[in-house]
Amino acid sequence: MEPIIHTENLTFSYPAEEGKEAPPVLRGVSLDIPAGQFLAVLGHNGSGKSTFAKHLNSILLPMGGKAYVDGIDTCDEERVYDIRQRIGMVFQNPDNQIVATVVEEDVAFGLENLGLPPAEIRRRVDESLKAVDMFSYREHAPHRLSGGQKQRVAIAGVIAMRPKVLVLDEPTAMLDPRGRKEVMATLQSLKKEYGITIVLITHYMDEAAQADRVVVMDDGRVLLDGTPYEVFQQVETLKSVGLDVPQATELLHLLQKGGCRLPGHVLPGHVLTAQECADTLLAYWRSLA
Amino acid sequence: MPYAIETEHLTYIYGQGTPFELHAVEDVSLRINEGAFVGVIGHTGSGKSTLIQHFNGLLKPTSGRILIGGQDMWAEPKKIRSFRFQVGLVFQYPEYQLFEETVYKDMAYGPKNMGLKEEEIDKRVRQAAQFVGLKEELLQKSPFELSGGQKRRVAIAGVIAMNPKVLVLDEPTAGLDPKGRDRILGQLKEYHQEEKNTMLLVSHSMEDVAKYADEALVMNRSRLYCHDTVENVFARAGDMESLGLSIPQVTKVFSLLKAQGMPVSGSIYTVEQGVRELERLFGKEVHHA
Repeated sequence: MEPIIHTENLTFSYPAEEGKEAPPVLRGVSLDIPAGQFLAVLGHNGSGKSTFAKHLNSILLPMGGKAYVDGIDTCDEERVYDIRQRIGMVFQNPDNQIVATVVEEDVAFGLENLGLPPAEIRRRVDESLKAVDMFSYREHAPHRLSGGQKQRVAIAGVIAMRPKVLVLDEPTAMLDPRGRKEVMATLQSLKKEYGITIVLITHYMDEAAQADRVVVMDDGRVLLDGTPYEVFQQVETLKSVGLDVPQATELLHLLQKGGCRLPGHVLPGHVLTAQECADTLLAYWRSLA
Repeated sequence: MPYAIETEHLTYIYGQGTPFELHAVEDVSLRINEGAFVGVIGHTGSGKSTLIQHFNGLLKPTSGRILIGGQDMWAEPKKIRSFRFQVGLVFQYPEYQLFEETVYKDMAYGPKNMGLKEEEIDKRVRQAAQFVGLKEELLQKSPFELSGGQKRRVAIAGVIAMNPKVLVLDEPTAGLDPKGRDRILGQLKEYHQEEKNTMLLVSHSMEDVAKYADEALVMNRSRLYCHDTVENVFARAGDMESLGLSIPQVTKVFSLLKAQGMPVSGSIYTVEQGVRELERLFGKEVHHA
């Protein structure tokens, strides 16, 4: 099947001060993202992950290489609207993304701009608010909601436009643990119920662990690409580029490094949750007795 | 010796007498020793931000008293300014408050307002820059040319330059990547160890509180839920989870192991402690292997 997003050797640098050379931010990124995949992109500040995301809906255009969305070249000026209709973006700060004074009006904003008939708008607003579990707040004022709730309203406003891909740039960075859980649960259900392709840029390893696939970026390149299990096995590599691994994974990694021979099949990367880690340790302890 | 901060039945009510009346802090009595490093925990809306805004007189208690270094803060409201120099408060996303032409001028703003001499200001600015790892050559740059992590450190250094006896930081690492987070917290810990000042760190990350603080203060529904050593607070893992707070993943692993009958300590809250505990248990077997 044709991937929904396809990039070839993408390169980019931001304009430099006069007389100085601009350091490249992307140094050749080639990625295929199949439709329906939940992809997490990790990388420290300045690794190029946000710049990459901005290439997916023509906010930025590649200086070298190509990016295709659903087969459309993102450089094709004639088709910018087609591209933006297919890719919905959600950013870090929910306060910057909410425009109306009532939740349902905010969700309807994009649809009104599409010039849809009122009945269709009503239907899509209700459906989107239900999808993010905010329907009962439809008549509330957004500024009185919690961060997690606001971010879910922002997501509803985007999915109401029926994009094929949802690109989220650190959507949970400003949220508390409860808000983070709410947003992650929403993303899981959007993938499952609606088959939306999700590209989640995050600093949180526990969020990346919930994705189908994890891409780690460093210095404008793709450093690692695989399932969460495969990627989190690379404990040393991740640490060397300023990233973390889940504590459970690190615990087993350090035990093995210290000479503890955990059962062969339980590589540290195969352990991501507290339960899995405890099970592994228990099995090992019992095997000693 | 007087306590660095002491509150007696501190209560704060927003919008008293209006339909929006909200009891944000209720009957909080606490004592913080000089030189303590205290993590302040509680989910959004628990009252922790309202509480800390009392510590430098931004908010005046609706009832109850607050003492700084043994002195009643509001005994003479005209003298409140002197307390503001004793307690430095770093807000969330402090980089949005930078305003001067150069990093140096921005950091000198606080000390200048204290009426210090030019030489003393210069000494303090350079020292504060060193504490947060800002290079000399950055001091003459515009703060708006810096990266997000650097801006954050400039903002924190501006408060440190006032040499406050108590430093209160409201989520100083929100939105930073793991490397930036460890760097700032590591520098603050070093600063604390050198200056022997009192530090309060508001954080959603139990991992960070476990790693850097000695004591934890937990707020829940406007009240002080507990104030104890980090060990004792995290030993109550079940309680913390019922308050909607996440506990470190490694703590969860060990409470699962303990529940399964493994003879391990229930108060493990950093990965290093966990490795030591398991190596103790597996010790002999590791050598056999």
